[in-house]
Amino acid sequence: MSSTTLIGQPTSRVDGAIKVTGAATYAGEFVVPGLAYGYVVNSPIAKGRITQVHSAEVLALPGVLAVFSHENRLPLPDDDNCYMDQLAPGGSPFRPLFDATIKFNMQPVALVVAETYELARYAAAVLRLDYEQEPHQTDLSKQRGAAFKAPHQANGFYDYPPSRGLPEQAWASATHRVAGDYAHPTQHHNPMETFATTVEWRGDGQLTVYDKTQGTFNSQQYICNVFNLKKENVQVHSYFVGGAFGLALRPNYQVPLAVMAALALKRSVRVTLTRQQMFSLSYRPLALQHVKLGTNPDGSLATLHHEALQATSQFEPYAETVTHWSGVLYRCDNVKLEHLLAPLDVMTPVSMRAPGPTSGLFALEVALDELAYETGLDPVELRLRSYADRNGLMDKPFSSKKLRECYQQAAARFGWAQRNPEPRSMRHGDLLVGWGMASGVWDSSQAEAGAQATLTADGKLTVVNGVNGDIGTGTATVICQIAAETLGLPLSAVTFRQGESTMPAAPVQGASWTAGSVGTAVQKVCRQLREQLLTLAQQLPDSPWRQAGPSEIEFTDGKLGLLGQPETQISFSEVLRAHRLPHLEAEVTASPDAKRQQQYSVNVHNAVFVEVQVDPVIGTVRVTRLVEGVAAGRILNPKTARNQVLGGMVWGIGAALMEETVMDHRFGRFMNHSLAEYHLPVNADIRELEVIFVEEEDDIVNPLGAKGVGEIGILGVSAAIANAVYHATGRRLRELPITRDKLL
Amino acid sequence: MNDDQDSPSTGQSTLPAASEITAAPAAFGKYRAPTRAAFGLTSPVETSSVHLTINGQPREFHLAPWTTLLDALRLYAGLMGTKKGCDHGQCGACTVLVNGTRINSCLTLAVMQQGQQITTIEGLGTATSLSALQQAFIDHDAFQCGYCTPGQICSAQGLLYEGKAHTEDEIREQMSGNLCRCGAYVNILAAVKEVVDAQTA
Repeated sequence: MSSTTLIGQPTSRVDGAIKVTGAATYAGEFVVPGLAYGYVVNSPIAKGRITQVHSAEVLALPGVLAVFSHENRLPLPDDDNCYMDQLAPGGSPFRPLFDATIKFNMQPVALVVAETYELARYAAAVLRLDYEQEPHQTDLSKQRGAAFKAPHQANGFYDYPPSRGLPEQAWASATHRVAGDYAHPTQHHNPMETFATTVEWRGDGQLTVYDKTQGTFNSQQYICNVFNLKKENVQVHSYFVGGAFGLALRPNYQVPLAVMAALALKRSVRVTLTRQQMFSLSYRPLALQHVKLGTNPDGSLATLHHEALQATSQFEPYAETVTHWSGVLYRCDNVKLEHLLAPLDVMTPVSMRAPGPTSGLFALEVALDELAYETGLDPVELRLRSYADRNGLMDKPFSSKKLRECYQQAAARFGWAQRNPEPRSMRHGDLLVGWGMASGVWDSSQAEAGAQATLTADGKLTVVNGVNGDIGTGTATVICQIAAETLGLPLSAVTFRQGESTMPAAPVQGASWTAGSVGTAVQKVCRQLREQLLTLAQQLPDSPWRQAGPSEIEFTDGKLGLLGQPETQISFSEVLRAHRLPHLEAEVTASPDAKRQQQYSVNVHNAVFVEVQVDPVIGTVRVTRLVEGVAAGRILNPKTARNQVLGGMVWGIGAALMEETVMDHRFGRFMNHSLAEYHLPVNADIRELEVIFVEEEDDIVNPLGAKGVGEIGILGVSAAIANAVYHATGRRLRELPITRDKLL
Repeated sequence: MNDDQDSPSTGQSTLPAASEITAAPAAFGKYRAPTRAAFGLTSPVETSSVHLTINGQPREFHLAPWTTLLDALRLYAGLMGTKKGCDHGQCGACTVLVNGTRINSCLTLAVMQQGQQITTIEGLGTATSLSALQQAFIDHDAFQCGYCTPGQICSAQGLLYEGKAHTEDEIREQMSGNLCRCGAYVNILAAVKEVVDAQTA
C-alpha cells in the first residue's frame, strides 16, 4: 500500500504559477504563422430571410480576405446527424451559414476575414445585409398554448413516472396548504473569456484547432462531421479555459466559422467573439413555475405539485431537470410533476451550472418556507419531518446521504437557533435583518474515461488524458494528487498532460463528474504501473520482495519495499535501471460499475443558511453571511473544492439579487448584452462566506468516493436569500432577481 | 470606431435608425440596410508609429490609430497575459499599470500612451520569481479559471501603490472594478489583504 496521504490535502494548484504570471494560454491566444482574423456579423432581426449580402463593398478594402455567408460558404451536409454533438438534445441543430433563414436575433450571418483584427472588425461593422423580416415570438407567457411535454431522455432527464400516489386527493384533504407562481429568469453564463477558436492550417487539409471547449473530443467529432474530415486530420487542443459553466459543452458557432475560413483560405484563422456576441449564444432558459404543497397533520408533506414551463428554440427541444428534484429531495407519497417546453424564436438554451435545480429548487424551497410559516414549524424542522431516506422518484436507496448533518452543522455554525421567526423582528441599526435557509440536491456519476501513464527511469511520472484544459475546477491538481498517492511519489514528480484529442478519451466536462471519472482512470493506470514495478522488482536477484504479496509491499516516495521495513526499499529508478528499461508504460480505460451503481441513487446534498440586511428606505439587499454545509463524499482537495463551492455561493447571490437577461420582445433580442447591464456580483457584494464539508463515505459513486462539487454550491442559495428577505421585510418575492423595484 | 456592430441602439451596420425602431416595433417586412455614404467607406489601414516602454523594454509599433492599448499588447507586443473580457471597461480583465497607475487598457488607445511606462502581468514576476501578490494568490487559491487573474493582480498592485485601502471593506471596494465570474472573491480579498498587511506592518 501507499503510505503518502496526498488525496484530501489542501494542495495549492499545480498550474497556479502559470496562471498568476499570465503564462496560461487560452484558445484565442495561440500564435500561429500567417494568422488571419475573422469577425462575426450577427442578424439584427429575430426571424426572416437574408435577401442580399453586399460583400463586394468590404472585399474592396485592401487587406480584407473574404466574406463568408450562406451565399458562398463551403459545402455543408444537409443532414441533422452531422450537426449533432454529444450534447445535442435532438431536433435539428442550428447550422451556421447554411442558408438564408434567420431563426433568432443575433444569429451569425457572415464572417469577415482580414489580415488584421482591426480591419476585420471595421469591415464587419460596415458589411451590409438586407433582410425580409417576419413576425417572431419570443414571449414565453404567450406561447403556453404551443407547449409540449419535455422529452424524458433529454439532458439527464430520466424516464420515471412524473406522478405518484393521489396528488389531487391529498391536496384536497391537506392540513396546511400553500400555492404560488414562481419565475426564474433567463441568465447568461458570461465566463470571463469570450469564446474563441484559433485554427492552425498545417497544410494538406491538416488542422490543429485551439478551442474553448468543455469537450475536446466533442469539438473534434463535430468538426469532422460538419466538414467531412477525418479525425487524423483534425486535432483539437484545449489547455486553459477561461470559465465555461456549461456554455462550452456544445460547440458554439465560432468553431465551424473559423474552421470553414481556414479550409477555404488554406491559412490559419482565429475567430473571437465579443462580449456582446456572447449574448447570441445559449443560456439558462426562463422557467415559469407553479408549486403547491400540502401537509399531513404532523407537518410532513402530504402532497407536492410542481409544474414548469420553460423556453426552448424552434429547432431543438432542450430540457433540463426543473421539476425532477422536487420528486427526490423530500419524502412525499403524493407527487405530481409536469415539465412543459414552449418553442420560441430564440437560440437553443444549454446547461448552465446546475441546470434544472437552480430554477426548480428556487421555487420549491421558497414554497417550503411559505409552508413553514403556514404550519408554524421552523424551516429546518419542516424539512426534517419529510426527510427522504430513499429517492422517491426513482424508488431507490441513496448510496449515501448526510443531508441531516448538513442541516445540523451549518445551522449550528450560523447560529440558527437564535432566530426569531417573526418577519421584521430583527434589526441592525436602521437596517432590517433577515435569516433564511434552503437546501439542494444534485446528481453524482461516473463516466468512462481513459488514462495513459509513463514512469521514466529518473523517477518522474507523466499521466495523460484528453480532458479539456482546466475550466477552473483544479482538475490537474487533484489528478496529480491521485497519481502521486497511488504510485507512491512526491507530488513534484508527477506531471499531468491534458487537452489534446489524440490523448486517451474523457467525457465532456460537465455534471460534476470529471474528478471522479478521469481520477478513477488515473488511479487505475497508476495501480497497473505499481504491479509492473513489483513484478520487475521480484525478478531481481536476491530480491527480498520475491515472496511478498501486493498487500505486503509499500510504495512511498518513489521507492518500494516491505511494509514497515525501510531497509528493504529500492527506488523505482533502480528497478528500471536494473532491467535496462528507459520507462514503464500503461494505458487503461475505466468504466463505471453500472450494474452496482444502478441499484442506488447517487446524490450530493447541501444546506444553506443566509443573513441579509435590507435597507427599508431604498430597498438595497446585502448578503452579510452565508454558511453552506455540503455532503459530497470524499473531498479530494479541500482548498480547490472550497473555492468551487464559494463560486457557487457567489453565483447564488448573483441569481438572487441581480442576474437577468431581459428580452425586448419588439425585436426578439436580449437588450442588456454587456457586463455593465447584465449585473454580476463584484468583490464588494460578497461578505462572509463559509463552507462546511460534512464527512460522508460513499463506495458506490466511484472508487475514489468523490461525488464532485462543481454544481452543488449554487443550489439553495437564491431561495435561502429570498426566504431571508421575507424574514427581514415581510415581502414574499417569488420572482428572481430580487431587485429594489420589487421590494419598494 | 465602434465595434458594437451587433447593437441595435447604435443604428450602425444593418439596422434602421433608432427612431424607426421605436416607431414601428411590429412593422415587419422588407428593409434595406442604410447606404454606405454614412460610413465613409475608405481603407482604414494607415498606421502611425507608437513608442511604448513595456515592462522596462522600449518598443516601437506601427498601428492603426484606433488600436487599443489592450490590442497593441496582445496582438502586436505578443503579451497575451493581459486579457480581454469585454473591451468596454466593464470587467477589468485588461488592467495594466501605466506609470504605476492601474487602468483598463481597453479604454485607451495605444497612441494615447506614447512614451509611457506600461507594466503588464509579465512584468510583475515570473514562475521562478513570483511577486508577493502572485504568491499570495496561489497560497489563498484566489482564482479558478485564471482568466481574470492577471487583471486582478495588476489591479491589486495598483491598489498597493495607491496606499489607500487597508481594511477588508476598503479592499473589497477598491477591487470591485475586476470581475471574477468563477467567484473567488473571498480568496482574492484574503490574498490582497495579506500583502497589504505585510507592506504596512
